[in-house]
Amino acid sequence: MNKAVLRYSDDTQIMAEALTCRRGGRTVFANMSFTLSAGSYLCLRGRNGAGKSTLLRLIAGLVPQSDGKFVVQAGGQALDIKSSLLMVGHLNGLKPALTLRDNAAMFQKVMTGQNLDQAVLQAAAKRFALAHLLDQPVQYFSSGQRHRSALMRFELVSRQIWLMDEPTVGLDSDNRQALAVMMQSHLERGGIIISATHDPIDVEGIELNLDDFAPKQIGQNSLESEWL
Amino acid sequence: MHRFANPAQFNRLADSVMPWAFSVMVLTLASGLYFALFDSPADYQQGESVRIMYMHVPAAWMGMFVYMVMAVASFTALVWRHPLALIAGKAAAPIGAMFTALALITGALWGKPMWGTYWVWDGRLTSVLVQFFLYLGYMALWQAVEDDEKAGRAASILALVGVVNIPIIKFSVDWWNTLHQPASVMRLDGPTIHSDMLWPLLLVAVGYQAYFVVAFIWRMRLEINLRKLSVMRMNEVAGG
Amino acid sequence: MVMTHLPKINVSSAGAFWALVRRDVHLAWAQGGASTLTIGFFLIAVSLFPFGVGPEPQVLARIAPGVLWVIALLACVISLDRLYQADFEDGSLDDLVLSPVGFLGVVCAKVLAHWLSTTLPLAVLAPFLGVMMNLNADGFVVLIVSLLIGTPALSLIGSVGAALTVAVRRGGVLMSLIVLPLYVPTLIFGVGAVDAAVNLVDPLPHLALLGAVSLMAIVAGIWASVMALKLAME
Repeated sequence: MNKAVLRYSDDTQIMAEALTCRRGGRTVFANMSFTLSAGSYLCLRGRNGAGKSTLLRLIAGLVPQSDGKFVVQAGGQALDIKSSLLMVGHLNGLKPALTLRDNAAMFQKVMTGQNLDQAVLQAAAKRFALAHLLDQPVQYFSSGQRHRSALMRFELVSRQIWLMDEPTVGLDSDNRQALAVMMQSHLERGGIIISATHDPIDVEGIELNLDDFAPKQIGQNSLESEWL
Repeated sequence: MHRFANPAQFNRLADSVMPWAFSVMVLTLASGLYFALFDSPADYQQGESVRIMYMHVPAAWMGMFVYMVMAVASFTALVWRHPLALIAGKAAAPIGAMFTALALITGALWGKPMWGTYWVWDGRLTSVLVQFFLYLGYMALWQAVEDDEKAGRAASILALVGVVNIPIIKFSVDWWNTLHQPASVMRLDGPTIHSDMLWPLLLVAVGYQAYFVVAFIWRMRLEINLRKLSVMRMNEVAGG
Repeated sequence: MVMTHLPKINVSSAGAFWALVRRDVHLAWAQGGASTLTIGFFLIAVSLFPFGVGPEPQVLARIAPGVLWVIALLACVISLDRLYQADFEDGSLDDLVLSPVGFLGVVCAKVLAHWLSTTLPLAVLAPFLGVMMNLNADGFVVLIVSLLIGTPALSLIGSVGAALTVAVRRGGVLMSLIVLPLYVPTLIFGVGAVDAAVNLVDPLPHLALLGAVSLMAIVAGIWASVMALKLAME
C-alpha cells in the first residue's frame, strides 16, 4: 500500500465533553461526548430531528453550544476551524447561471484566495462522472448531478475536517463507491470525516447514535423548567 | 444572573410592585388631569389649547423612555442571552409605540390651532415619526421570524441600531431651528415654565410612568404565560 | 491505493476577499442578477413623475433633487432584498462564512460589491435623469457628489435590514419597513445638499453631515449586519 505523499497533521483532535445544544427553547441533544483523532470517521445516526445537522453546524462553529465543552485542537493548541474545515450540507451552493467550471473556480478562489488548478478540477470531476459537464451551466443539471457537483468540492480545497450532511442522497451505486473511495483516501491522509447519513457507506468508522443523547424529558432543561 | 431573574422571581417582585404602581397611577393621573384641565391657568399666548400639552409632553418623554427600556433589554438579551430580557423588550414595545402615537396625535391637534397646520416636516416631528416606525419594525420582526428566540434577538439588534435616533429626537429642536419649541422643562438651568403649569405636567408624567409599570408587568406576565404554554405544548408533542 | 494530487495548502484572506467582491459583482450583472433590473426601475420610476405632476419645467426642476434621491433610495432597497438571501437559500452563504474571510469579510465584501455593482451606476445615471427632470445646472455636480457620499450609507444600512430578514420568507416588505425609516437622515442631508446648490447656497455643511451619516453607517451597519447574519446562520 502506498504511503500518502501529503499528510495532514497527526495530532489534530476533536473533543466534545458533555456537549448540550438547546435551540428555540428545546433541547436538541444533551451530555454528548466523543473524541476524534486524525484519520477517524464519525458516522452520525439517529431519527429525523435528532440534531445531526445541528451537530454538524455546531462543529463548524455556526451554532453555539449551550453547555459542555467542544474543542478542535492540534498539538494542544486550538485550531482555526475556518481554515481546516469544509462542510457540504443539504443545499449545494451552486449558482445556476454559471458553468460548473466557473462555479468551482469561484468556490476555490473564495475559499483559498488561490486560482483553481485545472488538473485538480479534471480529476475531481472524473471521480464523480462530471467531466463532460464542466462547461455546462448548472441550471440544466439534474438534482443528482448538482449533488455530485457539491461533493466534488472536497477534492478542490484541501481541508483536514470534512463535514457531510447526507452525502449519499440521490447517488447510484457507482457514485456511492466513488464517494467511499474519496473518503477512504482522505482518512488515509490523516483527514477527519463527520457525516450524517441514513444509508451505509463502505467506510470503516465510529458510529454515534444521536438518539442516545436525546433529552429524557423536557424538564431536564433547567431554563425550561423555570418557565413551568 | 439567570438565577436572580427567573420568571418566579419576577412574579414575586411584580406582585409586590403592582398594587403600589396601580395606586400611584390612579392618584396621579386623576389629580394631574384635574389640574391640567380645570385648575391651571390658560397660557397668555396659547390660550386653552395649552391643556393639550399636559398630555403631549409627558407622552413624548415616555416614547423615548420606553425606547431606552427596550434598548437596555435588547442589550441584556444579546450580551447575556437572558430570556426574560427578550420578553421585556417585547412587552415594552407596544406601550412605547402607543405613547409615541399619542404624542404625535396630540401634537397634531395642538398644531392646528397654534401653527395653523396639523403637521410640519421639521426635525422633531420627523424624528419622532421615525421612532414610531422603529417600534413598528421591532414588533414586525418579532412577528415575522418563527423561532421566538431568534425573532427576539433579531429585533434586539434593530432596537440597538435605532438608538441613534434618540439623541436626534432630543436635540433636533436645537439643531434645526424650526417651528417646534425648544425644551422648557428638561433643561440644565432649570425649567422655564411657571410652577402652576409645571405641577400638573409632572403629575401626569408620573401617572404615565406608573401606567407604564402596570401595563409592562401585565404584558410581561402574558408573555411568560404564553412561553409556559409553548413549553407545555412541546412536552406534549415530545411525549406523544 | 494511489493518492490523488493534493492542491497546495496556501490560504490568502485578501485574495479571498477580493474574489468574493468580484464574484458578487459578476453575479449581480449575470443573467437574473439584480443590477440591470434595479437600473431599469430607476429609469422608469423617475420618468413617471412628469406624468404624475405634469410636465411644467419649473415644477419638475423644483422636485428634481428629491425625486432623484428618493427613487435612487427605493431602487437600492429593492436590490438589497436579495443581498444575502440568494446565497442563504442556495447554501453558498454557509461556504462563504466558513471561508477565510469570515462573517466580517462576507459583510464587507458583499456591501462593497453591492455598492459597486448597483448603487454606483445609479449615481452615474442620475445626472442624465437630472436633465430629463430639468434639474437646475448648478445642482449637477452636487447631485453626483451627494450620491457618491450618501449611497454607501444606503448599502450599509440596507445590509442590516437584509441580514435581519434573510431567513424570513418574503422578507422584502418587512425589510423595507425596517430600512426606510433608517434612511431618513441620509435622504434629508442628500436632498438638502442638492437643494442648497440649486439655490446657490453653500452645500458643504449638508455634504459634511451626509459624510458623517455614512461614517456612522460603516460602524453601526457592519456591526449589526454581522450580528444579524450570525444569528440567521445558527
